Amino acid sequence: MHDSIIETDALIIGAGPVGLFAVFELGLLDLKCHLVDVLDKPGGQCIEFYPEKPIYDIPGLPECTGQSLIENLQRQILPFEPEFHLGQLVSQLVQRPDGRWDVTTDAGTQFNAGVVIVAAGSGCFTPRRPPIDKIEAFEGRSVFYAVRRIEAMRGRRLVISGGGDSALDWTLNLARVAERVTLVHRRDQFRAAPDSVRKMHELVADGTIDFVLGECRALEGADGNLSSVQVATNEGAELRLPADCFLPFFGLTMKLGPIADWGLNLDENRIAVDTEAFETSVPGIFAIGDINTYPGKLKLILSGFHEGALMAQKAFRILRPEKRLLFQYTTTSTQLQKKLKTA
Amino acid sequence: MKILVTDFDHVVHEVTAEADWPIMEAIRSAGLPIKAECGGCCLCATCHVYVDDAWVGKIQAMDDEEEMMLGEAPQVRPSSRLSCQMRMAPELDGLVLSLAPTY
Ligand SMILES: Cc1cc2nc3c(=O)[nH]c(=O)nc-3n(C[C@H](O)[C@H](O)[C@H](O)COP(=O)(O)OP(=O)(O)OC[C@H]3O[C@@H](n4cnc5c(N)ncnc54)[C@H](O)[C@@H]3O)c2cc1C
Ligand code: FES
Repeated sequence: MHDSIIETDALIIGAGPVGLFAVFELGLLDLKCHLVDVLDKPGGQCIEFYPEKPIYDIPGLPECTGQSLIENLQRQILPFEPEFHLGQLVSQLVQRPDGRWDVTTDAGTQFNAGVVIVAAGSGCFTPRRPPIDKIEAFEGRSVFYAVRRIEAMRGRRLVISGGGDSALDWTLNLARVAERVTLVHRRDQFRAAPDSVRKMHELVADGTIDFVLGECRALEGADGNLSSVQVATNEGAELRLPADCFLPFFGLTMKLGPIADWGLNLDENRIAVDTEAFETSVPGIFAIGDINTYPGKLKLILSGFHEGALMAQKAFRILRPEKRLLFQYTTTSTQLQKKLKTA
Repeated sequence: MKILVTDFDHVVHEVTAEADWPIMEAIRSAGLPIKAECGGCCLCATCHVYVDDAWVGKIQAMDDEEEMMLGEAPQVRPSSRLSCQMRMAPELDGLVLSLAPTY
């Protein structure tokens, strides 16, 4: 918990490519930014979905990968010293009588910002929920999509499901503390580091953990406490695995999340904006990148960059009403170059 | 060319598809509820479909990448495919499939 409130010119919700570049455009105008993202690293879809795939339509960059684009953006904005608050979900947005915004995250971090920039993509990344009846009733008590504290799993009987790195990493890590770990996956092939797969098979061979080829179909228990997980095996049998916790790892999906509750005009889960400044129906709140909609909108990184540039002009007028805004090129302005620490 | 898609309410839709289009794109542009979150990059398994048994043999075989990703979809059957990895072709005109569960 933080007891002090962080003061900032702009609070950016979402550290995807568009949120990152907004730091640059705001920074050129001497506006200070803090960014919040639920992911534990910047990059949004580029890092989560396609870090190694090529992108061909960034102007002036014939080819880059999701990862290299994000690394370069981070370098480009470094002179403006943006501050990141990762692994946190922006949950609340409330306007003060003086027009500034109180913003709160689920980790209790509090900001007081002059403007708020929603660069939230298709919403916050959240774990995929397996289509198991009444799974919601167990979530938070005995079904977990992430492990916050390994100790909480000590002495427990665990069923882990999934075929990616998270499922395997947690199987290996929790095998040391849990009473019993059973890994359930439909195939004997994994989308994970070969080394982890090898270690997992070793633990199965020496009897430390169990591996079941099949799919989890139902949960049994009462009051949110699990007693067993029902598994349909590939051979067609029904197994009932006694369990205290079920840990499904099926990757991440994007959900709009708390943004829906902030009183902004929405159009099919996108925030409606004007195309002059990409401001929402609420003055002082902007929306840029995949999250916004307007006539002709294209969900491209390129468009998000443009939107950030225009947004910054209006944000400046809100934050520094007494100052004149000079249009300058980074090529010729020594003032801008000083900010970029190249001069 | 046409494909016939059964949705989750068992309603059959006739969908237009151009040659070489990913089948997922054809389904999506017809406005049917297919998630296809990763946009066809074989990264999400949310474009899962069941191909009608009569058509299974006529479609290009799966590559490793699709097979691996399909492992992440629920209730996979022998007729399961990721629709973003199948491309429309003249011999698939009239293809019959249904939308399948996803995580
Ligand atoms: C496979 C694939 C290939 C693509 N290829 C291209 C391409 O070649 N060229 C191109 O231009 N575009 C491409 N795109 C699209 C491009 O990735 C998106 O347009 C771009 O990522 C949008 O950036 P963004 O910053 O608006 O949002 P995102 O990248 O989606 O980032 C938004 C971030 O906001 C966070 N967030 C949301 N809500 C909250 C909250 N309440 N609190 C905290 N954090 C929150 C999310 O966790 C996320 O990290 C591709 C997309 C995919 C999936
Ligand atoms: S759309 Fe994601 S795997 Fe097909």
